[in-house]
Amino acid sequence: MRKLLIWLPLGLFLGFIALFASGLFQPDDRVIHSRLIGQPLPAFTLPAAASDRPPLASAQMATGQPRLLNIFASWCVPCAAEAPQLLALKQAGVPIDAIAIRDARPDVDAFLARYGNPYARIGLDARSAVQIALGSSGVPETFVIDGKGRIAYQHIGDIRADDVPMILEKLRAAQ
Amino acid sequence: MRLIMAFLLALIATPLAAQTALPPAPWADRQLVDPAQERKAKALMETIRCLTCQSQSIADSNASMAGDMRSQIRERIMAGEQPEAIRTWLIARYGDWVSYEPTAAPILWPLWGAPLLLLGLGLLLLRGRIKRRARS
Repeated sequence: MRKLLIWLPLGLFLGFIALFASGLFQPDDRVIHSRLIGQPLPAFTLPAAASDRPPLASAQMATGQPRLLNIFASWCVPCAAEAPQLLALKQAGVPIDAIAIRDARPDVDAFLARYGNPYARIGLDARSAVQIALGSSGVPETFVIDGKGRIAYQHIGDIRADDVPMILEKLRAAQ
Repeated sequence: MRLIMAFLLALIATPLAAQTALPPAPWADRQLVDPAQERKAKALMETIRCLTCQSQSIADSNASMAGDMRSQIRERIMAGEQPEAIRTWLIARYGDWVSYEPTAAPILWPLWGAPLLLLGLGLLLLRGRIKRRARS
């Protein structure tokens, strides 16, 4: 017993080395997903973020047809990068609403004039309150909302060209 | 000289990826009037993790989102909400990850048990030593 016990510190030491080494080699996933997937959209009513689009309220998201809710901002560079993909999704007949985070109307107008406007409605979330209520951790993010107004899927980061078929698939699944 | 000018210009330039076009939220960097409420808000903010700078608490972070969260927490405490209710509300959205305060979830039992285990081991060791000394 005593003879075995003498190896305990070394064993513990090696155990810790193995633990830390595995942490070094494991890819680090720092993406924080919303816990609200499968749950109804939190209730919100936001003022209009753009001059030529109506404001957005959560009640307008339950239309019987799945739609996208895009979280973006005019100051966000990857949001400009995903604009062509959102326009392609709109071309494919997907209704897209948006929430502009910590933004101002002239900036949103300039952003939409420059990169195109795929949105039906745009709400302005000046204090990130709705973003926090959604469990969203940054911009851009895109939520798939099913016909009953429930969150079916959350895409974190910009939508790349090769993400578009997957997003369409998620929309079909949310039917 | 040109290098120095370029450096000075770089200092006053607005960063391209600035996180906001707006001034910070009203209560992001302003203390509550009631010191007791401010103490509660501050204690909560120090144990809520920033979504942008993931190794900082929102009390320490300069990220705009952390500022918005501070402002929201202060406003809700001002409205009479309990800090633990706000923490639960945030955990329901972001998971246990968002709170630095360890919970009593089964996965954390080893964390709570370790001190007791180590203390027990120490006592055992001590007892052995005392016995041995008494014998000699």
